Amino acid sequence: MKALIAGVNIALTASLAAWTMAADDINAVLQNSFVAKNQATMDRLERDAVQTACSAPRGMLLDNDMLASLRAERLAAVVLPADGEYLGDWQRGAEVAGNGRGLQSSDDPAQPNGGNCYACHQLAPDKVAYGTLGPSLTGYGARGQSEAMLQYTWTKLWDTHAYNLCSHMPRFGAQGILTEQQLKDVMAYLLDPASPVNQAAE
Amino acid sequence: MKKPNLEVALLAAWLCAATLAADDGVFDQYRDLMGDENPAVFVIDEGEEFWLTAQGPNAVTLESCDLGLGPGVTAGAYVRFPRHFADTNAVMDLESRLVYCMTTIQGRDLESVTAKPYSLRGDFGTEIEALVTWLAAESEGATIAPEQAHATERAMYALGKDIFFYRAGPHDFSCATCHEQSDKRIRLQALPDLTSHTGAAGSWGSWPAYRISQGLVRTMGWRLRDCFRQQRWPELQMGSEASIALQTYMAVNAAGGTMTAPGLKR
Repeated sequence: MKALIAGVNIALTASLAAWTMAADDINAVLQNSFVAKNQATMDRLERDAVQTACSAPRGMLLDNDMLASLRAERLAAVVLPADGEYLGDWQRGAEVAGNGRGLQSSDDPAQPNGGNCYACHQLAPDKVAYGTLGPSLTGYGARGQSEAMLQYTWTKLWDTHAYNLCSHMPRFGAQGILTEQQLKDVMAYLLDPASPVNQAAE
Repeated sequence: MKKPNLEVALLAAWLCAATLAADDGVFDQYRDLMGDENPAVFVIDEGEEFWLTAQGPNAVTLESCDLGLGPGVTAGAYVRFPRHFADTNAVMDLESRLVYCMTTIQGRDLESVTAKPYSLRGDFGTEIEALVTWLAAESEGATIAPEQAHATERAMYALGKDIFFYRAGPHDFSCATCHEQSDKRIRLQALPDLTSHTGAAGSWGSWPAYRISQGLVRTMGWRLRDCFRQQRWPELQMGSEASIALQTYMAVNAAGGTMTAPGLKR
C-alpha cells in the first residue's frame, strides 16, 4: 500500500513539476475546486485504501501482493446478516433495485437510498430501461439458494471488492448505502423463484 | 431566451410523453424532425447580443476580449480551449476566460458574475450559457485543436487524467466508472468512452447542447458539474482547476475531431 501511494505521489509530483499555477497535490486541487452542497460534504473527496488503489489509470501496473492483501482485508470485513437470514421480500427488493436516488446533493436525506441496480444490470426481463455496465442478472435465481450461494451473493452486494478488487460496483453494505433489510430484499429479488428476475420474458 | 415556436413546444411535449417507454431512437427521430431547427439557434443570437452589449461600470462591450486569437476574434476561438493565457499565467477554459473579460474589461463584480453560471430547470438561460453557445457556433465545423504547446497546458492534461480516474465518495465513483469503456449504457443512455478519441471527440464536439428534456442549452461546465452530482461528490465550481483539467483531458483526447455544437441531446 505504502509503495503504491509513494508511486502515485511520485508520478503526480512529476506531472505537476512544471505547472507553477498548480497546488501541491491532487487533494488540494480538489479541495479548491469543489464546495460542499447539502449532504454531499467535502470529506467525500478523501479516499480510503480501496479508492486510492483503484484510482490508478488504466494500464498502470500495480503491486499484486498489495492488491491481494487488500482484497483479503475486504473479505474479512464483510458483515453477514445478524440473524443468519439472507432473504427478505422480493417486492420491496424490486423497489430498491429500481430506485436511483440517494446520497446525491439533490436527494432528500430523509428518504431511503436506492440501489439503482437497473442503472448497470439487466434484471427482470420485462424491464427495458437497464444499463450494461454490469453483467445481466436475469435468471440469477437459477444458481439456487445453497449457503455458499447466499454468502457469495451477499458478499458481492456488501463489498464487491472482496471478490473483484476495483470492480466498478458500489459497496452497498460496507459504505452504508443500503440497510441490512434492504440488502435482504435485494437478495430475494435476485434469488426468489417467484421474483420477476427469475420469470421467463412474456 | 426568445419564445420557441409552437412546433418546437408541441414536439417537446410529445417527446416527454414518448420517452417514458422508449429508447434513444425517439431522440434520433426528434433530431430528424427538427433538421437544422435546433432551439439553440435562439440562444446563439442571444449570446452574440450579450457580446455586443455594453455592460458594467465601464459601460463597454466584450468586443475587446481576447479569447486567444487576439482581441475580438471569435471565429475558431472555441476549439483552441482550454489554453494558457500570458496575461493571467493560467490555463483557462472558455467560461473562466469570459468571466475574466467581464471583470477586467467591463469592470463587473466577480462574485455577481459567477454567482449563477448555469440556469436551473425552468429558468431562462444565463449570460454565460448564451455566450458559450454563440462562441461554440462560431467554431462550428472547425477542427478541435486545444493548445498543448505550453508546459502548463500539458500539466493540466496530466492532472485531468488523474482526476478522471479518481474514485471517491460513498459510491466509489470516478469519471472512469461510466466513461472508460465502449458501447456501454446507463439505463438507456449511451455512455461515451472519453479515454478514446472517438468517444471524446463526439462528446467534446457536441457540447454545448440543447437538452430537450430540460428545455435549456447546457455547457460542458454544467455537464461536468452534473456528472459529479450523480457521482455523489460535492459541487464542482465553474472555472476551477479540476474543471479546467478535466476539460483539457477531454479536449486533447478529442483533438482532430470536428466541432458540431451546439448539439441536440436528450
